[in-house]
Amino acid sequence: MAQIVIRNVRKEFGAFTAVQSSTFTVEDGEFFMLLGPSGCGKTTTLRMIAGLELPTSGEIFIDGEEVGQKPASERDIAFVFQMFALYPHMNVRQNISYPLVSQGMPRADVRRKVEEVAGTLGIGGILDKPVGGLSGGDRQRVALGRAIVRNPKCFLMDEPLGALDAEFREHMAEELRALHDRMGATTIYVTHDQLEAMQMGDKIVVMNHGVVEQFGLPQDIYDWPATMFVASFIGSPPMNFLPFEGMVGKGVDHVTLGDARIDIPVLHDAAHGELVLGVRPEHVHLSDAANFRGRVVATEYLGTTQIVTFDTANGTLKARIPSGERISVSAQTGLTFDARTLTIFEAGKGRALLSEGNEGVLGHG
Amino acid sequence: MADVALSNVSKSFGDHRALNDVSLTVPDGAFVVLLGPTGAGKTTTLRVVSGLETADSGEVAIGGQAVNALTPAERDVAMVFQQYSLYPHLSVRENLAFPLKSPRLKTPPDEIARKVGQVAEMLQIAHKLDNRATMLSGGEMQRVSIGRALVRTPQVYLMDEPLSSLDAKLRADLRVELKSIQAETNGTFLYVTHDQIEAMTMATHIGVLDQGRMVQFGTPREVYEDPVSIYAASRLGQPRINILPADLFGRAPDRATSIGLRPEQIVQGEGDDSLVTRVEHLGDQTRLHLSFKERDIITITDVHTALSAGDIVKIRPQKPFYFDADGNRIT
Repeated sequence: MAQIVIRNVRKEFGAFTAVQSSTFTVEDGEFFMLLGPSGCGKTTTLRMIAGLELPTSGEIFIDGEEVGQKPASERDIAFVFQMFALYPHMNVRQNISYPLVSQGMPRADVRRKVEEVAGTLGIGGILDKPVGGLSGGDRQRVALGRAIVRNPKCFLMDEPLGALDAEFREHMAEELRALHDRMGATTIYVTHDQLEAMQMGDKIVVMNHGVVEQFGLPQDIYDWPATMFVASFIGSPPMNFLPFEGMVGKGVDHVTLGDARIDIPVLHDAAHGELVLGVRPEHVHLSDAANFRGRVVATEYLGTTQIVTFDTANGTLKARIPSGERISVSAQTGLTFDARTLTIFEAGKGRALLSEGNEGVLGHG
Repeated sequence: MADVALSNVSKSFGDHRALNDVSLTVPDGAFVVLLGPTGAGKTTTLRVVSGLETADSGEVAIGGQAVNALTPAERDVAMVFQQYSLYPHLSVRENLAFPLKSPRLKTPPDEIARKVGQVAEMLQIAHKLDNRATMLSGGEMQRVSIGRALVRTPQVYLMDEPLSSLDAKLRADLRVELKSIQAETNGTFLYVTHDQIEAMTMATHIGVLDQGRMVQFGTPREVYEDPVSIYAASRLGQPRINILPADLFGRAPDRATSIGLRPEQIVQGEGDDSLVTRVEHLGDQTRLHLSFKERDIITITDVHTALSAGDIVKIRPQKPFYFDADGNRIT
């Protein structure tokens, strides 16, 4: 298996820069997510790792060997595009065998290998069926089998679950993750679905306009976003932004919105002018006495929780609170925030100010 | 707007019974979401109301008037399909204005302009009004086709998975928009989806369909908190409800074969030992994958839990659901 290091990788297509200067490391055995909206450069990055595109500059290391300018065939990597791409005229066994047969592996070895892989995927019973009559799930397992059977150093997957309906997708996501846990192969997975990234990934790179916005553990990225883009791209509903004018310096432990004092993690940065207070919906609480006021404009019932939308002097704010709390539209109430979870952003640059809260996650660059 | 009533409606396609004796009332001003997997009969219900399909038996009434014999145009409904269908040679503005220019409506031009501008704003396509329809992205085309329904004030809006082709962020925005349009206009909506978040957040009532039958009809809260069957209980809730052998935690009521536990029906820290097999951090929630007497259970725990795989956590049920051998709810 493999460790993959991306260092200062840049890709230009004519005048268009698809990837600016990406740097991140995928550790051996990780399930690694490349996350971002369409056009952010995530697929281009994946294709450069595969060798389907060559970087304009920068280096790519697979297990310490620099492969940036080597073609795909010399990299020993399996690429899973849309999982439904099977050879329709072949049966399941022939589909899975194909990569080995074309490598010239002896027949007995192919047979043994294919049966082993089919066992891992739970499709040993359908090896001799034509692929035409298979269910969506089985087709997907066969396509996976074809990727796994070669024992590549690394799997690259480009939105493999994109075409599936919601219910089935969640099921396949769990299955893919469980398969990864059994095999332990380094996997790099491209998606625009933040929930899929959170759910499946050991680590996430968030990209936007060709730039790596943040790289780290899913929960760290969720809790301590480096930029306003990350804060709004991850989470549903996303992080609330409450704009305010102010001046903050090192050591400051609160900000003032209107006449409300809001405690925040002690800042390690200074800034002034247009600032933004970032607060996740689940860190907003109702408290009659609080000075920061909101008027309920809508509630959305979600079963365990509900999302309540407030109008405030600093714009719209959404709170996630237990469904048991009865809320009536138009009611006025005070709102408090969990001080230890808050982030202050500079509005212009969109970057988070360092604080004792996010220092551990963002402090080293 | 108007109410819509289906009485004992059945519809077959060859041997396949798509709708089986469905009765349903969509009250005036309600937002009814039909929920169910592919093949449950959601789209057929919508098409029978619109007049694109004719019921084999039973009655469809809009505003108290039987419409079985009326054409789709005579029924005065506005329909949005999953796949957008626009006039490719017209601009976005012309596409949006088209339904208002129908001779039956005789809408004055300034009223058309106002309506089109308002809907375009709402759907975040105001800057594309003068583009040709074919110059738009898929998501934009879908918004235009939703807009073409919303410019009108029909008896009822019929929508068939209108948001499923849009990306997650836009979908979330439009959920809120559609909901507020419905609240402002007091319009009647019949809406098909298999996305439970859409169903939960937009619906005043949810109709759960299973193989052509209406198995439960109620508010989202009723369907979630008081499901009639395993099938209905499994339609709502993330993570999905845990269905386990009835006696797994001790004595079960007579006839009960399964116990159903949503995350909030599992108390942690009391009861019997379970093994944590995986801790899944999803940001706003953290899921615990547990193994309990060789059964898998998924529940939710504190976001920053100290638990990790291999730990032991005690669990016990609290106000669980019990189901009989047919999957019907007992208590």
